[in-house]
Amino acid sequence: MPVQMPDINLGLMLPEILVTLLAMALLLMSAWYGKEGRGTIGWMSIFGIGLAALAVLSGGGSGETTFGGQFLDDGFSRYMKLLLCIATALPLIMSLNYVRDQRMDGGEYYVITLFSLLGGMFMISSGGFVMLYLGLELMSLSIYILAAFRRQDLHSSEAGLKYFILGSLASGILLYGISLIYGSFGTLSYAGIAQVLADPHFHVGPVVGLGMVMVIVGISFKIAAAPFHMWAPDVYEGAPTSVTAFMAVMPKVAAFAVLYRILLVAFPSLHDQWGPVLQFMAVLSMAVGSFAAIAQTNIKRMLAYSSIGHVGFLLIGLSTGTIEGYHGVLIYLTIYIFMSVGAFGLILILNREGVGDNIEDYKGLSRKRPYLALLMSAFMFSMAGIPPLAGFIGKLYVFMAAIKAGMIGLAIVGVLFSALGAFYYLRLVKFMYFDEAESEFSMPISVSSQAVVVLSGVIVLVWGVFPGSILGVTEAAVRMFQ
Amino acid sequence: MLSLVTFLPLAGVLAIIIAARNNANMARMIALIVSLATFFLSLSLLTGFDSTTAAFQFLEESEWLPAYGITYRMGVDGISLPFVLLTTFLTPLCILASWESVQKMVKEYMIAFLALESFVIGVFCALDFILFYILWEAMLIPMFLLIGVWGGPNRVYAAMKFFLYTLAGSVLMLVAIIAMKYVGGTFSIPDLMNAPFGFNLQVWLFLGFFVSFAVKVPMWPFHTWLPDAHVEAPTGGSVILAGVLLKMGAYGFLRFSIPMLPDASRYFVPMIFGLSLVAIVYTALVALMQKDLKKLIAYSSVSHMGFVTIGLFSFNQQGLEGGILQMINHGIVAGGLFLLVGVIYDRMHTREIARFGGVVNVMPVYAVIFMLFTMAAVGLPGTNGFVGEFLILLGAFLANKGVAIVATTGLVLGAAYMLWLYKKVFFGLMESEEVKALKDMNRRELAIFAPLIILVLWIGFYPGPFLEIMHSSVEQLLVQSNTIKAGIASVAMY
Repeated sequence: MPVQMPDINLGLMLPEILVTLLAMALLLMSAWYGKEGRGTIGWMSIFGIGLAALAVLSGGGSGETTFGGQFLDDGFSRYMKLLLCIATALPLIMSLNYVRDQRMDGGEYYVITLFSLLGGMFMISSGGFVMLYLGLELMSLSIYILAAFRRQDLHSSEAGLKYFILGSLASGILLYGISLIYGSFGTLSYAGIAQVLADPHFHVGPVVGLGMVMVIVGISFKIAAAPFHMWAPDVYEGAPTSVTAFMAVMPKVAAFAVLYRILLVAFPSLHDQWGPVLQFMAVLSMAVGSFAAIAQTNIKRMLAYSSIGHVGFLLIGLSTGTIEGYHGVLIYLTIYIFMSVGAFGLILILNREGVGDNIEDYKGLSRKRPYLALLMSAFMFSMAGIPPLAGFIGKLYVFMAAIKAGMIGLAIVGVLFSALGAFYYLRLVKFMYFDEAESEFSMPISVSSQAVVVLSGVIVLVWGVFPGSILGVTEAAVRMFQ
Repeated sequence: MLSLVTFLPLAGVLAIIIAARNNANMARMIALIVSLATFFLSLSLLTGFDSTTAAFQFLEESEWLPAYGITYRMGVDGISLPFVLLTTFLTPLCILASWESVQKMVKEYMIAFLALESFVIGVFCALDFILFYILWEAMLIPMFLLIGVWGGPNRVYAAMKFFLYTLAGSVLMLVAIIAMKYVGGTFSIPDLMNAPFGFNLQVWLFLGFFVSFAVKVPMWPFHTWLPDAHVEAPTGGSVILAGVLLKMGAYGFLRFSIPMLPDASRYFVPMIFGLSLVAIVYTALVALMQKDLKKLIAYSSVSHMGFVTIGLFSFNQQGLEGGILQMINHGIVAGGLFLLVGVIYDRMHTREIARFGGVVNVMPVYAVIFMLFTMAAVGLPGTNGFVGEFLILLGAFLANKGVAIVATTGLVLGAAYMLWLYKKVFFGLMESEEVKALKDMNRRELAIFAPLIILVLWIGFYPGPFLEIMHSSVEQLLVQSNTIKAGIASVAMY
């Protein structure tokens, strides 16, 4: 009797293996060198992420699977992993100085960031719910710790704890949903579920719908879609700014990748059921994002609400159930990463100069730091969706998809909310340009953070005017969902 | 060629960033030279323009986002060319007018102004809907900054209101544009003019466009942002706002609503006429009550734009040509009036009408020029205002006599508030010490007004060449406006 070898192809997981090895090595290093090795570990982890990104790029993306279909390697996972590496590396580069200034001990900060990246990568490549859950937990646990990293600071600890408790609840809901799905389908792989659903004799009962909705709820929590957004403003505000910059983008990439996989691979035939759920959450998120942000005085809270609003626009695209919509979401998400990283990067840079987190602190910035103010207003106008900046292109594609799918009402609601949301982005521009400065600015600016911010700014402008450069890539990435 | 005219000011922006690091005069010079160069370039468009055809000319096309049918497509016809020229003509004047009055952040001011010019020219040249929309929205950013940074005491409120009003209007247009693309199959503006749309769809699309254009024109009751924006904006900003930006809304009606959605346009004529009449009469009455010079002129703009919309929707040659000509006239006259207010504001730093009086004694030349523009605003024969209003009223009479009669009362009211203004400011006793100390206009200021005065009288006495440019395009527009597209669509369906 031949021994059946498990189907394992480690070559597909090269980026994950690289990140794992790197994280473990750096963990030992940080124990060995203590606080002195911080800077080196920081740069090494950034370098390592770059290496992993190269491994992603050189990888096949052939659609092969391993571990019994639990781990996928296709064009989509390739693109999303690349995005994930960018969304991790850029905030990390910006946080080098911040971590030193804030005395956030040792090299653990970077190691934990690497572990959360690893979790995100597994989520993106997940071929079934088990892998999804493991990746999600790895990612989330790491981010809980990061949020509480400034442990002497009460706000930071509170943020971490709040995130942890609510996050655990969401994980519980997700897990319950997964178990309901397993009970109905007898399989946990996305492809397997799709196969069962394709069988005309299979009866789609209420349990299936319930399980699916619970899974969506669990993941919506991670992307902070209303009505599961309650944690976001507090956690964004309390967490160290470098962590906020990171968790505003990275978990969203991973969680949206998972939503693509679950909704488009496992449950494409149930679009009538999940479409309205997403639409409902989209409208609610846009409303929360637009209205609640107006009243904020803290810039991190404001950006938290703004990110809730952006998730609303993203969900519109996903809810269309058309390839144009999926494509639009991917473009929007890509652009969102750069806008968000850029805005948080500026906050970090200005933090070092003694500018606080209050929006009022930005008064008169245009006189003192004209270029930083210009960049910040570019990000704000871009987030508001004003052309010729990239944010407009993202919105344009999502709305085009929605209208093509006949969801004109949703599109109208969406554009109106985007106009409403412009108010609070403009408010920041107003403070920077129209008001006189009250505080002094002194500190020199670190080159590495500046480079990240300028890069984001250039991308936001270039993709706004010549979006063709990105469209080809994103289109190739979503083609498999057609 | 068109791209050159459009993007030359943007090149000027780069030049200012590079060359004029901390040198305000350098920034002023570069801005002036670039805007003059743009003007002369645009004049060469005029010489190369063939006014016997209604087709788009100077066409340019290159791929932009082929996957989604978005193309970089530019061209002008007899309707858009006058607006391009108006923009390139007014911008150097505005820059000259801001020469001394703008002292803080001069470099940034000039950058914003040139960027604004570039986007506005682009709006009038764009023949692709997405290109049009991008430029239409992009224009908000420099204008927002112009009002908010260099404006008056209440500038923040005015800038926010301006931005949010126009943005809220425009986003609905975006939905309409995308919907049109999926029904008509293209973003190309010339092609969409021939695309059939069902009647119901036309009505919805028309409303989507209407909100956006009505805010921009502005039509009553969407006009409330305008007095604030005008009053708070710096002189140059007010001029470009009154002279060009308001025309974008009416241009939108001409370019999109009427030719693409003719059935809905005809259907909504009563509504447009009604709103326009309210605008003409009501805002003229409001203007009578104003204490602030700029506010008065701002309200008079709303009233005058009411005439324009009546002319456009009267659907005959006289009304349409009168409407377009009146827009150009209004650009020249309202622009001139705002510049004149700027002249006296630079000296006295007030715009309150009651603080003036007897200005004619100390500033005779100024008084004469102001008189000329007042007459043009009132529509006295011999000035350009007369030609435009006469044609509009002629068109309105042919379309609907009642409307024409009510609109005529607007002329009387217009004469009332303008003459009243003139009397208060220039005649009467010279009581205030401030007024006694006033000096008449200097050479730079005279240089600003000379070209405006020439145009006022030229169009007033001999409007032929101006009407000639738009003649063929308006004729074609008339044919388009009388097409029954809904009929075509229903025939095509069966």
